[in-house]
Amino acid sequence: MSILVNKSTRVVVQGITGKEGSFHATQCQAYGTQVVAGVTPGKAGQEVEGIPVFHTVRDAVKETEATTSLIFVPPPFSADAILEAANAGIWLVVCITEGIPVNDMVRVKRALASTQTRLIGPNCPGIITADECKIGIMPGFIHKKGKVGVISRSGTLTYEAVNQLTNLGLGETTCVGIGGDPIIGTGYIDLLQMFEHDEETKAVVMIGEIGGDAEEKAAEFIKREMTKPVIGFIAGMTAPPGRRMGHAGAIITGGQGTAKEKVAALEAVGVRVVRNPAEIGETVKAALGG
Amino acid sequence: MNIHEFQAKELFAQFGVPVPRGKAIKTPRAAEKWAAALDAPVYVVKAQIHAGGRGKAGGVKITKQREEVPLLTRELIGKTLVTHQTGPKGRKVRRLLIEEGAGIDKELYLSLLVDRDSGCPTFLASTEGGMEIEEVAEKTPEKLFRETIDPAVGFQGYNGRNLAFALGLPSLEKAVVTPFIHMLGNLYRLFMEKNASLVEINPLVITTDKQLVALDGKVTFDDNALFKHQDVQAFRDLHEEEPLEIEAGAHNLNYVKLDGDIGCMVNGAGLAMATMDVIKLAGAEPANFLDVGGGATKETVAAGFRILLKDRKVKGIFINIFGGIVRCERIAHGVIEASKEVGMTLPVVVRLQGTNAEEGRKILLDSGLKVDVATDLWAAAQKIVAMKRKRKRG
Repeated sequence: MSILVNKSTRVVVQGITGKEGSFHATQCQAYGTQVVAGVTPGKAGQEVEGIPVFHTVRDAVKETEATTSLIFVPPPFSADAILEAANAGIWLVVCITEGIPVNDMVRVKRALASTQTRLIGPNCPGIITADECKIGIMPGFIHKKGKVGVISRSGTLTYEAVNQLTNLGLGETTCVGIGGDPIIGTGYIDLLQMFEHDEETKAVVMIGEIGGDAEEKAAEFIKREMTKPVIGFIAGMTAPPGRRMGHAGAIITGGQGTAKEKVAALEAVGVRVVRNPAEIGETVKAALGG
Repeated sequence: MNIHEFQAKELFAQFGVPVPRGKAIKTPRAAEKWAAALDAPVYVVKAQIHAGGRGKAGGVKITKQREEVPLLTRELIGKTLVTHQTGPKGRKVRRLLIEEGAGIDKELYLSLLVDRDSGCPTFLASTEGGMEIEEVAEKTPEKLFRETIDPAVGFQGYNGRNLAFALGLPSLEKAVVTPFIHMLGNLYRLFMEKNASLVEINPLVITTDKQLVALDGKVTFDDNALFKHQDVQAFRDLHEEEPLEIEAGAHNLNYVKLDGDIGCMVNGAGLAMATMDVIKLAGAEPANFLDVGGGATKETVAAGFRILLKDRKVKGIFINIFGGIVRCERIAHGVIEASKEVGMTLPVVVRLQGTNAEEGRKILLDSGLKVDVATDLWAAAQKIVAMKRKRKRG
């Protein structure tokens, strides 16, 4: 078991003929993901490593029954690409692109609310169900099938946590990078709920960072509904206020969104919050009873 | 991106939001000329820097004497203002906004930003104008009103009425209700058309002659949307930015200068923040945030080194790379070449994990370079802190 994606998930890659798109489509395929189609307007009929390319997502869905899309389209065109996927009936859209204007995402989020489509990202590494299906840019080899679900606003910091889980023999079910932007498609709460209901998942690691109050909201949910142990880490204890720390969403504004507040909110509901990111794996192990 | 008050007011005027008559000037002579043209009963002279708290720091002067305007200009231009937002170094004043003073009857607060929860543009308004809004939110939340705009249909009349009545405007001053609603619509248009991330008017005043005027103005723009707006890019003032951050930006590096002495270079924003935190846990302070991104190359590593070394406070360097798409052996080559190029003399700890990490570590060890190579994050952080301390004593 896992959440959202598994070995039968059929993926279309939007922007497949670009440098990033072609490289990662091939990497995902090599991991075992069923990459059944690619889309680049004007390039139908071409192939990328045996993957057929279509002009539109609508054509790709019709011909290949793709249900999930992976987007590598440049920022000015990403909003359009996400909406195109939703319009074509794709139910899970994973958008890797970093640098999409916030107001574009405001409109996208509003439009997706009236569809069945779920968006992961943007500005994220993607989603992976260990040893089954990788839809994103994460290094596949650090993942190993196991019992921990991972939700994270970061990329490489997630790899750090996953690597520790794998090395300790705990392994992962599904790891989801939810993205470092202020407006994202899917937040902690939906995923926590899915992990709570997933039989294979025995514990959840949530990796947050400064900015916004998503972690505080997640804490309220954890208190109400989570029975499985949750282990947290919040990046940016040393981040100064008012400065954007790389991610568009990682900024402390008007005293709000500090790591300290987030840690306090999570600890208040029983989340084991790790201060040292090198101890994420060990803490999960302890939470699962050694 | 931040802009100056006078630039924000230029935009307000362009979008039909009323502002006082005013002009940005750089010299006492220009101030004298503009004061004569303005010919107002009261003159307001405001220092233009990208920081709040200017009034308390002595950066805003008011006078009824026209001949005082050039004198005040002489006093303020070139002065360094230290406010709660500038840090102890302060900011040098290079320009002043000279405006006609207004007779104030009532001060309000108004802002527009994207609410991260709902993902919608949201107005915040309060009857407590002139105060820090964070303080209002904390002490008197009942005086703070929110109105969320549905981006699918844009600003509607009812949004305006909701706020106007919540603020009690009809009983405060009936004449300003319609202009207020109109102003909200204009601000929404500005916000969406120019891809602002914050528009703030504090205070928004009702004058003694029943006019609504934006007495102060702050606009922040979404960096990701600057490519759409040449006019907004032209507002950029490099004097207001840290020189090292400008240089880093030119190399597509994400750098934020901090006050500690351990320089760090990391791939990925989350890991970069976590690395800063680990340095602190190990007993030192990070000198910076530096994310070299997913596509780090030899060139980016070299540029990163040069920037870290320009910060004189830096006493040791911690490189933390988790290879994903970035291959560690390439980073290793980059570190070797960049070290030779810049003549690295500081202690360096390189921690490599992920794709081809072992190969990368071997290359560094075989290079004869004086760098410490590590696998474990915590051990690496402790090592660089210890090396820095030893060097200080020695």
